[in-house]
Amino acid sequence: MTAQFQQARWNEPLLSELGTPGERGYFPAAPEPEIVSSVPNPLDSIPEAFRRTAPPRLPEVAQPQLFRHFMRLSQETMGNDVSIDFGLGTCTMKYSPKVNEHLVRLPEVAGLHPLQHADTVQGILEILWRLEQMLCAISGLERFSLQPPSGSSAVYTNASIVRAYHESRGEGEQRNEMITTIYSHPCDASAAQSAGYKVVTLYPGPNGYAELDALKAAVSDRTAGIIITNPEDTGIYNPHIAEFTRVVHEAGGLCIYDQANANGILGIARAAEAGFDLCHFNMHKTFSSPHNGMGPAMGASGVRADLARFLPAPVVEKRGDHFELDWNRPDSIGKIRSFVGNAQIAVRSYAWILALGPDGIREVAETAVLNANYLAARLREAPGISQPYPTSNTPIEQFRWSFEDLKERTGIGSSDISRNLSDYGLQPVFTSHHPYIVPEPITPEPPESFSKADIDTFADAVIDVARRAETDPESVLTGPHRNACRRIDAAALDDPERWVPSSRSQRSRSVVKGD
Amino acid sequence: MPHPYIPNSAPEVRAEMLRVIGAASVEDLYRPIPSELRFKGRLAIEEAMPEEARLRRHIEGILHQNTPATRVLSFLGAGCYQHEVPAVCDEINRRGEFVTSYAGDTYGDHGRLQALWEFQDLMAELLELDVVTTPNYDWSTAAAMALRSCVMLTEKRRILVPAALLLDRRLVFSDYLGHDVQIDEIPFDDATGLLDLAALEALLGDDVAGVYVEYPNAFGVIDYQAPDVVALAHQHGALAVVGADPTGLGLLAAPGSFGADFAVGDVQPLGMHMSYGGGLSGYLAFHNDPEVLETCPAFIFAKTETLEPGQHGFGYLNFDRTHYVKRGEGSQNGGTTTALWAITAAAYLGLLGPEGLRELGEGLMQRSRYAAERIAGIPGVAGVRFSGPILKEFVITYADHDVAAVDDALRKRGVFGGKDLSVDFPTLGRASLWAVTEVHSKADIDELVEALTEVLA
Repeated sequence: MTAQFQQARWNEPLLSELGTPGERGYFPAAPEPEIVSSVPNPLDSIPEAFRRTAPPRLPEVAQPQLFRHFMRLSQETMGNDVSIDFGLGTCTMKYSPKVNEHLVRLPEVAGLHPLQHADTVQGILEILWRLEQMLCAISGLERFSLQPPSGSSAVYTNASIVRAYHESRGEGEQRNEMITTIYSHPCDASAAQSAGYKVVTLYPGPNGYAELDALKAAVSDRTAGIIITNPEDTGIYNPHIAEFTRVVHEAGGLCIYDQANANGILGIARAAEAGFDLCHFNMHKTFSSPHNGMGPAMGASGVRADLARFLPAPVVEKRGDHFELDWNRPDSIGKIRSFVGNAQIAVRSYAWILALGPDGIREVAETAVLNANYLAARLREAPGISQPYPTSNTPIEQFRWSFEDLKERTGIGSSDISRNLSDYGLQPVFTSHHPYIVPEPITPEPPESFSKADIDTFADAVIDVARRAETDPESVLTGPHRNACRRIDAAALDDPERWVPSSRSQRSRSVVKGD
Repeated sequence: MPHPYIPNSAPEVRAEMLRVIGAASVEDLYRPIPSELRFKGRLAIEEAMPEEARLRRHIEGILHQNTPATRVLSFLGAGCYQHEVPAVCDEINRRGEFVTSYAGDTYGDHGRLQALWEFQDLMAELLELDVVTTPNYDWSTAAAMALRSCVMLTEKRRILVPAALLLDRRLVFSDYLGHDVQIDEIPFDDATGLLDLAALEALLGDDVAGVYVEYPNAFGVIDYQAPDVVALAHQHGALAVVGADPTGLGLLAAPGSFGADFAVGDVQPLGMHMSYGGGLSGYLAFHNDPEVLETCPAFIFAKTETLEPGQHGFGYLNFDRTHYVKRGEGSQNGGTTTALWAITAAAYLGLLGPEGLRELGEGLMQRSRYAAERIAGIPGVAGVRFSGPILKEFVITYADHDVAAVDDALRKRGVFGGKDLSVDFPTLGRASLWAVTEVHSKADIDELVEALTEVLA
């Protein structure tokens, strides 16, 4: 490796430590004297016991210092705009086009109140409607709700719809089990549980995905359905997926496709052809909306025609040339969150799909698969790396490989490698969701917006860390070295006696201990 | 074809990549997908618009059909509010480093983690509770998550919620909780709009997991009986979830100060644009009790030390309690929520400080009181429906006019009137909910009064 990366290291104090008493950062507009003099003292209407006795302990800081603080914190953050961050596999960290950021900040988006009369929001309703049409085409399903504000929320929405479906047929109580696989996203299990289901988890067979016989043994008249990712977390595509959906259907269940990450199969394979009744897409992954540091986001829930009546209220309907929000949905599961959801995300994803069109969307998928396979080929050069399961499993958009051999030889495993990538100006590489079935795992995912040179940069860094594990293990164990902070005391994050979620919690602990 | 968003499109580059892979073609890489599952057609979506200017013009053309509430005189609230958005907040949450970050960790994303911890830190002071999570999607989902925690902690399956609840909140509760929890409504006092405490006492029993109360409630009324509600819940072995609009907390008692087990609300008013509801962000706070944390998967960040003396480091607090580790065993569903708005709200709270927050709350109460009294004086207005104290919203009833018809007439005059409550709360009569905030000047309120007087004449 040549020139070394060095992240900004400002050692910023905490926001609560900025400023001095008496400083002000902002004056909210005060009411005019005529208003103040014509109404009684507002606190007169509040019983004394319900008034705040001491002002909140917020900082008192002038605007320049507060603003600079946050700008410095932004410099200590490696978003996709400034780093090669596709190490964060399963997250689909692709480029978020800047023009879309300009669009969502227009007053015609940012200044809309969600309860405005439909006549005054025809534009945003049209965007929601157009995006829905696109997602229907991409999935082969009939209707979508854009209300779920995240991928896991969309999975939950779909699990709720399955519950409503079985209840409508008088089988709600009987069908109380939801099947998933251990290599599906963890939220598939937790969403099912939140919807009231007992979760049945299938484990992989020798090929890396669950065997059809295991599924056949798991289904019964208690089966509500299956929630499954494909390609799974491992990037391995289960080729028997149509038989899976058939077996579940024959048992009377419904099939939910977790397509949070559909980047490798856009225009290549659809939920409908594989026999799924419901699916969802993450607009903040596959469809380029930025991840916003962990939201706001959008998970679009799609269903086949006869399940549309269960979708959360309201849905957008086009009547003639007019768009309306239809609230008259007696069979609806209710609401997943307030109003229609994060509408600004829909603007971004609509713009992204439109910029690409039918051929471009397919090229996205093909390039993502090309990139993933190229990266995999490059990483074979890393010492101590291996591919679990048959090597005939061509990765789709991501892959999960193992540094078990390296760990056994050097004591340095995948979490050490991951952490040290920060020293190269990269985001860490995702290891795995829990449990770690593949030992010492890494799961990178290079979407279409990364160049061959970007992928080489990442591969060279992984190879370099793995080589240093053999030649200079101490530097890897104490790394990273060139980031905003040094290696942390991680034990304090998990110890209830020591963890610090706020300054207030530290003061409370001192009181308890009598410090 | 090259595309601005796809760098690896040159044939030579693709050929070289395929050579390294050892594959003949990209199609070759798709062999795991059986041909009968392959989509054979061409996607029926709109044709590509790869030129940025044309794309922008097309989408702006669609969006220009909108009339933003911020361009007219709007008094809509009911869960999403037009407040001032300081320029500093906009600058911070448009920083690409924050906007395009995601699940980076302690080292690469030190700044993001510190900002999110600072949100927790300042909100803890405002709410007087030690643990604040990365906020949930909105107030309703934060409240639903807290109530689910009550059910998990007490192992009881009945909750009590105010009848004076926004319809969206009711529908979120009915989906998230209603499938295995009995939800009973606590009536409100018809004169004051406050919770009917006697009715609450009658509803309470040993089978209640949690009681929910909020200030202001769906009618804009500051329910100052919240401490009594918390005490009554605790007497019956139930937990108490308290909702509070943060813009009132510079003046009003904090949920933690009177024993709330959970505090919830929305930070959208703290520096977020409305964005058709996309600015919502539901805070969730509770005590530093590991048992409570086990029931709630929302991310929390912890501050710790590093190898460098005096340096702060940050990381996930007890990641093992989240659904990422527990999967379907004994937690709730979590995930990506609204972190960017948390960073923004931290900046907003820092900008306003204790004095700014007090001024904000005072100004809201003064303006809303002024507006309510002015509107109540218009011929055709029956009056302000409830006598309880208000923060920034109030309910108006008309003597004879239909609310929707009045709103239509106001809209023609460039005014977005209050939210029609006659559908969601038919017993209130011809009622509507009006929001007045610091964006409204005296001239704005006078203009509204003039327009409404004309409409009702």
